[in-house]
Amino acid sequence: MFDLAFIIEKAVLIGGIITVSLLIAMYSTWAERKVAGFMQDRLGPNRAGWGGLLQPLADGLKLFMKEEIIPNASNKTLFILGPALAMLTAMMTSAVIPWGGKIEVFGRTVDLQIADINIGILYIFGVVSMGVYGIMIGGWASNNKFSLLAALRGASQMISYELAMGLAIIALLMITGSLSLKTIVEQQSTGWWNFFLQPVGFLIFMVCAFAECNRTPFDLPEAENELNFGYHQEYSSMKLGFYLFAEYINMFISSALMATLYFGGYDIPFVNDANLGANIGINALAAIQGITLFLKVAFFIFFFMWVRWTIPRFRYDQLMNLGWKVLIPLALLNMLVTGAVILWLGH
Amino acid sequence: MQALTNRNKAVDRKPMTLWEKMYIPSIMKGMSITLSHFFKKKPTISYPEEKRPFSPVFRGLHILNRDEEGRERCTACGLCAVACPAEAITMEAAERKPGEENLYREEKYAARYEINMLRCIFCGLCEEACPKDAVYLSETFTPANFTRETFIYKKQDLLIPDPKTEPEQYQKALGSRAKKN
Repeated sequence: MFDLAFIIEKAVLIGGIITVSLLIAMYSTWAERKVAGFMQDRLGPNRAGWGGLLQPLADGLKLFMKEEIIPNASNKTLFILGPALAMLTAMMTSAVIPWGGKIEVFGRTVDLQIADINIGILYIFGVVSMGVYGIMIGGWASNNKFSLLAALRGASQMISYELAMGLAIIALLMITGSLSLKTIVEQQSTGWWNFFLQPVGFLIFMVCAFAECNRTPFDLPEAENELNFGYHQEYSSMKLGFYLFAEYINMFISSALMATLYFGGYDIPFVNDANLGANIGINALAAIQGITLFLKVAFFIFFFMWVRWTIPRFRYDQLMNLGWKVLIPLALLNMLVTGAVILWLGH
Repeated sequence: MQALTNRNKAVDRKPMTLWEKMYIPSIMKGMSITLSHFFKKKPTISYPEEKRPFSPVFRGLHILNRDEEGRERCTACGLCAVACPAEAITMEAAERKPGEENLYREEKYAARYEINMLRCIFCGLCEEACPKDAVYLSETFTPANFTRETFIYKKQDLLIPDPKTEPEQYQKALGSRAKKN
């Protein structure tokens, strides 16, 4: 069945979400520098535009103007594929996140979610696991030992932390009983936020999200002072920009995911969404819900930065110890306790 | 051995307790510190817009002063060049012609007066050596240019604006060290 309106609706939605993701990633770079500055008693960028707001544009322009270097000894196809993959996987996750309730446009009811698939969380895991290829391919194709080391580190780090992340999510799924993110949000808007039911699970998930995004304190694939910049050492111009940008998009998406899974997603706190919608109309409700979600996301992005400028980088053995000896047992225990409590309440 | 201060502390090598091993309390402590810095007043001075006041002894680029009638004070005696430890000052003297009394204060004046700002160490000895109160270090600083030649300041670069025709520029260039007329 060919439904043109449906295709247009989804195309507009995809375009909108990609634009918003890119914008937020762009301004995350500005916010990162501003937060770093403020936490170190500096002012941060404040020359380009009001409060330095044009700084991301200047940075982007700079990256575009830089010389494009492809090392002679590199594998050219893979060298170009690396940043493209990093960017692609970073953007793909946003497809299953619900950004708000329903809106009514031209007599159509539109879900503010690109795809409400019933395996949403599995999809996210699949895409996040693919994210490691951007790092691995880029690091390997550079034909540079530092890049290769960083790629190896990145790969093992991601695999180690994905396990704990998955286990933390399983405990959550036992409570929600659904893999669809939309359902999970709807459950939270009527009942408790999952954070209050799964605080340990959230902690594990958050730590793993830091590791998956290669953010400090787990930025070992980049590790400026040991690996010279890590997997993107040989990259220049906008290919480097893509890697850096992908990191910020990942940060945005994982913030959105944390908000969605544990903090009620677009649910407005202390307000009964359905009643409010009946009063002010569903379009206004969807707008407020969207803003609520973005506030939550903004908080988590700030939190990412806050942690980055507080905690120094882990040593590699510490990272592995934390992943395998602390987080995985803790996640298993959390799963066990959750299961036991559910069984006990069920009887 | 007696300690020099009472601040020395033995290194604590006790194994960490479970509470310490959880790291979360110490992480939260660290994060509260960074957050408190987030809201602190920043000590930054946004330079071109805000400037820190100089101390009265600040020694910047030189000026050649004029007297209250706008005549050049310098008589090209060469004492500043002799005093200069960096040998940055060169000059050539000339005799005042009749009719030039409004330009030069005394019968002899500097036809050429050059200071190489790349050699100068801004010690201020020229200023101390000058018997005519002609050379002063002003508050102008950080000159920028593209070639080295431009840093050899000629007389027209050094000479202060005329206090009679351009009193505002004169005051601005004078700085706080010069003896007021």
